Amino acid sequence: MRTTRSRGARLGVLATAAVMVLSACGGGSIDEQTQANEEQAAEGGGECGDLNMAVNPWVGYEASAYVVGTVAQEQLGCTVNYKELKEDVSWQGFGTGEVDVVIEDWGHPDLEKKFFAEEGDGSAEDFGPQGNVGIIGWFVPPWLAEEHPDILDWENLNQYASEFETSESGGKGQFLGADPSYVQFDEAIVSNLDLDFQVVFSGSEAASIEAFRKAEENKEWVIGYWYEPQYFNAEVAMQRVSLPPYEEGCQDDPQDVACDYPETELKKIVGTEWAASDSTAVDLVRNFTWTNEDQNVVAGYIAADGMSPEDAAAKWIEENQDKVDAWLG
Amino acid sequence: MTATAPAPPRRVEPDAAPPVVEDSGISRWVPAAAVVVLWVVVWAFTRGTDTLDLPSLSRTDLHDRLTEIQNGLLEGRSTNPVMQFTNAIADAFRGTVDWLQRLLSKPAFPRPVPEIGWLGVTALATYVGLVVASWRIAVLVLASFLSFGVLGYWDQSMDTLIIVLISVLLAVVIGMPLAVWIGTNARANAVVTVFLDLMQTMPTFVYLLPIVLFFGIGTSAAVVATLIYALPPIIRIAGFGIREVPATTIEATDSAGQTYWQRLLKVQLPMARKTIIVGLNQTTLAALSMATLASFVDGPGLGKPVLQGLRVNDVGTAFVPGALIVVMAVMLDRTTTAASERSERVARGGGHRNPRLRRVVVAGGAVVALVAVYLSRTYVSLAEFPTYSIGRTISSGVSDVVDAIKDTFGGVTGGLKDGVTEGLLNPVQSVLADSPWYVSFVAIAALALVFGGVRALVITVVCLLGVLWLDLWNDAMVTLNMTLVATVLVMALALVFGVWMARDRRVDLGIRPLLDAGQTIPPFVYLIPVLALFGPGRFTAIVAGIVYAAPAAIKLVADGVKGVSPTTIEAGRSTGQTTWQEITKVQLPMAKGSLVLATNQGLLYVLSMTVIGGLVGAGALGFDVVYGFSRSEAWGKGAAAGLTIVLIGVMLDRITRAASDVRRDDGPGTRRAFSLRLPIGPPGN
Amino acid sequence: MTAALSVDSLWKIFGPRSDKIIGTPDAELSRADLKAKTGNVVGVKDVSFEVAPGEVFVVMGLSGSGKSTLVRLLTRLIEPTAGSVTLGGVDITNASEADLREVRRQKVSMVFQHFGLLPHRQVIDNVAYGLEVRGIAKKERRAKAGEIVDLVGLSGYEKSYPDQLSGGMQQRVGLARALAGDPEMLLFDEPFSALDPLIRRDMQNEVIRLHRELGKTMVFITHDLAEALKLGDRIMILRDGAIVQIGTPDEVVARPADDYVKDFVSEVPKAHVLTLKWVMREPRDGEAMDGPTLPVTTVVRQAARAAIASDAPIRVVDGDTLVGVVDEEDIMRVVVAEEEG
Ligand SMILES: Nc1ncnc2c1ncn2[C@@H]1O[C@H](COP(=O)(O)OP(=O)(O)OP(=O)(O)O)[C@@H](O)[C@H]1O
Ligand SMILES: [Mg+2]
Repeated sequence: MRTTRSRGARLGVLATAAVMVLSACGGGSIDEQTQANEEQAAEGGGECGDLNMAVNPWVGYEASAYVVGTVAQEQLGCTVNYKELKEDVSWQGFGTGEVDVVIEDWGHPDLEKKFFAEEGDGSAEDFGPQGNVGIIGWFVPPWLAEEHPDILDWENLNQYASEFETSESGGKGQFLGADPSYVQFDEAIVSNLDLDFQVVFSGSEAASIEAFRKAEENKEWVIGYWYEPQYFNAEVAMQRVSLPPYEEGCQDDPQDVACDYPETELKKIVGTEWAASDSTAVDLVRNFTWTNEDQNVVAGYIAADGMSPEDAAAKWIEENQDKVDAWLG
Repeated sequence: MTATAPAPPRRVEPDAAPPVVEDSGISRWVPAAAVVVLWVVVWAFTRGTDTLDLPSLSRTDLHDRLTEIQNGLLEGRSTNPVMQFTNAIADAFRGTVDWLQRLLSKPAFPRPVPEIGWLGVTALATYVGLVVASWRIAVLVLASFLSFGVLGYWDQSMDTLIIVLISVLLAVVIGMPLAVWIGTNARANAVVTVFLDLMQTMPTFVYLLPIVLFFGIGTSAAVVATLIYALPPIIRIAGFGIREVPATTIEATDSAGQTYWQRLLKVQLPMARKTIIVGLNQTTLAALSMATLASFVDGPGLGKPVLQGLRVNDVGTAFVPGALIVVMAVMLDRTTTAASERSERVARGGGHRNPRLRRVVVAGGAVVALVAVYLSRTYVSLAEFPTYSIGRTISSGVSDVVDAIKDTFGGVTGGLKDGVTEGLLNPVQSVLADSPWYVSFVAIAALALVFGGVRALVITVVCLLGVLWLDLWNDAMVTLNMTLVATVLVMALALVFGVWMARDRRVDLGIRPLLDAGQTIPPFVYLIPVLALFGPGRFTAIVAGIVYAAPAAIKLVADGVKGVSPTTIEAGRSTGQTTWQEITKVQLPMAKGSLVLATNQGLLYVLSMTVIGGLVGAGALGFDVVYGFSRSEAWGKGAAAGLTIVLIGVMLDRITRAASDVRRDDGPGTRRAFSLRLPIGPPGN
Repeated sequence: MTAALSVDSLWKIFGPRSDKIIGTPDAELSRADLKAKTGNVVGVKDVSFEVAPGEVFVVMGLSGSGKSTLVRLLTRLIEPTAGSVTLGGVDITNASEADLREVRRQKVSMVFQHFGLLPHRQVIDNVAYGLEVRGIAKKERRAKAGEIVDLVGLSGYEKSYPDQLSGGMQQRVGLARALAGDPEMLLFDEPFSALDPLIRRDMQNEVIRLHRELGKTMVFITHDLAEALKLGDRIMILRDGAIVQIGTPDEVVARPADDYVKDFVSEVPKAHVLTLKWVMREPRDGEAMDGPTLPVTTVVRQAARAAIASDAPIRVVDGDTLVGVVDEEDIMRVVVAEEEG
């Protein structure tokens, strides 16, 4: 038994020594950093606490979310929890406190009815525009617009319909619909404008991008639902097809839509409870605005350059500290 | 006290009728072909009428009513007692996970790092590996944990482990009593098995919808979904083990006057121990695969970066975390297996050659681990894993390779896609979906009767009526078509590779690890390159389904063919048959049970990829689920689509099972076993 | 002295609603007819018998005749359909679960054809299992089990696991386990039929030895007539669940109750089993009455030599009274009949 203990002890000492050496070059005591953090938070005036940031499934959104999140984390000391959720599920989260902020909302009248104070349970509120302007519409790849400029008018679409035919479209021209979670009326538009097309849903942003990229490379015929701001437009400048212009009320009944999508001021939506809290991040989110170009830059970092969202956000923040300072007031 | 009857030996009563000769199965194809021909003839005259086609974004009253139910539940979530209860559970889960996260993966402000840093966690895990298993396992654990950090996914790996740990723990706590119940009570077994079948037939995505409703999003949903998915294997396999304890032993010990608890604790559980461990192992791996999918409802862990890869359409981003999931699976599998083997040895007194050395190692290891924990709580660099570039290098390497493949084969793949779509997918779909609904209904029911008999017919009719009621008939037919076509292709692959593996050991050794990895890696990872190669559409969904289902089917066929007795093969060879004759006349017919089981599994695996298909433009029910999941006004349609998938699954499952009398209610892990080893039938065979 | 075991009109019918059958005309049907009519199977049909303390009572019958069912009914491992069993003064059929457990713990133990050992326990702990469930402390029960292990000749194998032993040794463990609780009665269900012939003989001798040493009451199930004759004080023959005959071994051989039993015993070397009781006759007139005397319980074979050596018939005596005579011819008839048979 004696030998056991002494051998065990020797082993322990040996290991300790080894790890000591290891840590010596690692440096940095956790206690010190903890203290530093505390001091910083005290200086910053008030605590930030947790910030639950919804991350909806498109890269532009991700760019906005991570830029705000990174500022909150690095400069206000928040604990930021990114929640990767679809739009509807995010809104449900306001009531339970699982989501505090939706940073880029494209307009959801139905959800507003359910969760805003006027008609719903009051768990969410509008926090004003975030600067981006959303454009949704029907787009074709640039080569098509160049070779057949008349295609950019919806009235000429039918004469090209057969060119868009694929094995998926059942004998008609294929119209590439989007991720089902997006606001879209294409099936109604096609039928109400008597277009000889069939909507085939790509299922996700990624799938649409892949289809557009291939189409531009191989000069394939593709038309589909697309939007701006969107980093991919920097790589392939998708061209918009004009539909009958949007008028107030023309999209009220989803079955009868026969007009183009409106331009949308993208909004910030936040949880009412969180907005009323004294978290220092509330003001940050309130003040946050930026432009389509800004977003496209960050989204490009993420999707085209393959950076992690955190790194992409950090890079943009570094390059644009003046804008960030404006948000911090 | 239960009176235990002696296991009735199978006796042939002297005056009993001679056993019915089983019909060879080939004869079934004749009436089946007749049904199909008739169907096609009727289709030719009636196509396009009464197809019950519903545009993708339209809904029916039924769907809106279902949505209303959801809205009602949501509005009443602060008063409805059921919701209160589930919310309380969700809070408990959230609290527990949060606590563990702060311990391992998430800093609690103002502390810059979690309570225990990477060095401490790695040391502890390695130590556990050493104590419960062996040196070799300890090294494996060490290497795995280091790879989590070195490749840059330390926090996510810890999160995944946390979810898996909690879910498996709960699965054991809930599952073992149920296992005992079904293991000791035939009636309970019959009832519970029906539920387990249903649970296991249900594609995983279908759970997520109601789970989010009742348990909210995030960690709570992840734990619940993982738990539900991980529960069946342990109940099923442990119950099987308990049921298989020889009746003689039970009698012998009963006759010593033991109580119920003595019987359970001293006889049944110890004797079923090995099988229970197999169940635990399967449950753990199932938990791991579901914990990954739970990222869809914001579950933390390695699934998140995989999903991120899908979002930015970059296979490299998804590949590294996907590979780490495989690493984790290998680690958990090998560790649980080795631990059980070791405990077996120790229980038999043959544990260690040198017990003193062992004591030294255990004590010394503990000291080292504790020191490591202490250090990792003190120094930042031992708490936060240092950043290495290797993960990124691998990612971009993989992306480059995939890009190269895309460029090289871009032309060929288009042709392949169009060929299969025009040649196979569209014609069959036309017959299924463009026939009037009543024609398809009758034809499917007739085929069920031909292949599965009256029982299958009844179940099929019930399921089809359900589909009809759910107002998604046309989408159901399109999905059914994709499922059938994909399964045909899966079986073609399974036959080729399965026979090849069974006949050549080297091929088996070479392919099996690939299949294992294929079964463990989350489907999103290979979804991306497949999407890049084939573009959105049904074909892509089918390819993804095939990739997902083929490994299990291939293994089943290989094991089945290998299981053919060598004596029979020798006897055949002595007649001078050719290799081709040997395969087609001896091996395949004798492995018929496995073939049907492989078909059954292939169908269910493929079907469970339906929702993933919805993400890549396959439309139909998968799209409906995704749509319902993402738009609150369409929730009811999504739910209806989910139920429809379940009904189709039950229908296909029952028809194939009836066709073969292959029973799945026993034997560990025949279904969706993400196991690295796929045991068929009771262990130790 | 009261019987160690008494069984009265015991029935077991397998299948649904089996309790509704007894007392109806259906109960009189043959097993096959009943099965055809109701789907129920008769396991044991109206069986009554008694076993005296210290007796070795053998139950015989072909496969499926209900032997195992019967022996399990004795301790209610199977619930009887009707009838009663009294064992060591306890009414088993109406005993509460707790009482039943007490009986199984204290009064009766059982040895099984397929041993039923616990593979995860060492020999010593298998033997001690009965003591363990009674709640006896580990040290004490191991000490006791150790003695029994010695008694059955397994010394040195205490720490082995069942799968490390041969079949014969495993059954010794089964035997030891049954003996460890020091029960009044032992039940054996074909304990040796899974063993090869030589080992089986050893084990039979072992049982005989133990019976001699310990004097326990035994109910012994077998389908092997030689075994029955060798061990049994009395033999009960079952067919389709019902009793065909009960008697001592020589009774059964000499006077089979029907063709079924006759068939059974046809192969038996009668000269080895029958006593003079079954071959002696009244002395004829004028026969010489000066031959040697032998007791009536002498086995025929042993009397043969004396009969051949003597010209006069052997005088058969029961104590001091002459009960009959036997001559060379009478004995030859038994032996020759057998060889021709
Ligand atoms: N649990 C049961 N359910 C239905 N029938 C049973 C059951 N157990 C036994 N039987 C039937 O009861 C009859 C008697 O069986 P039992 O096992 O007692 O015969 P046995 O004489 O012990 O035969 P063996 O010599 O083969 O052991 C058989 O016909 C058997 O099929
Ligand atoms: Mg028997």
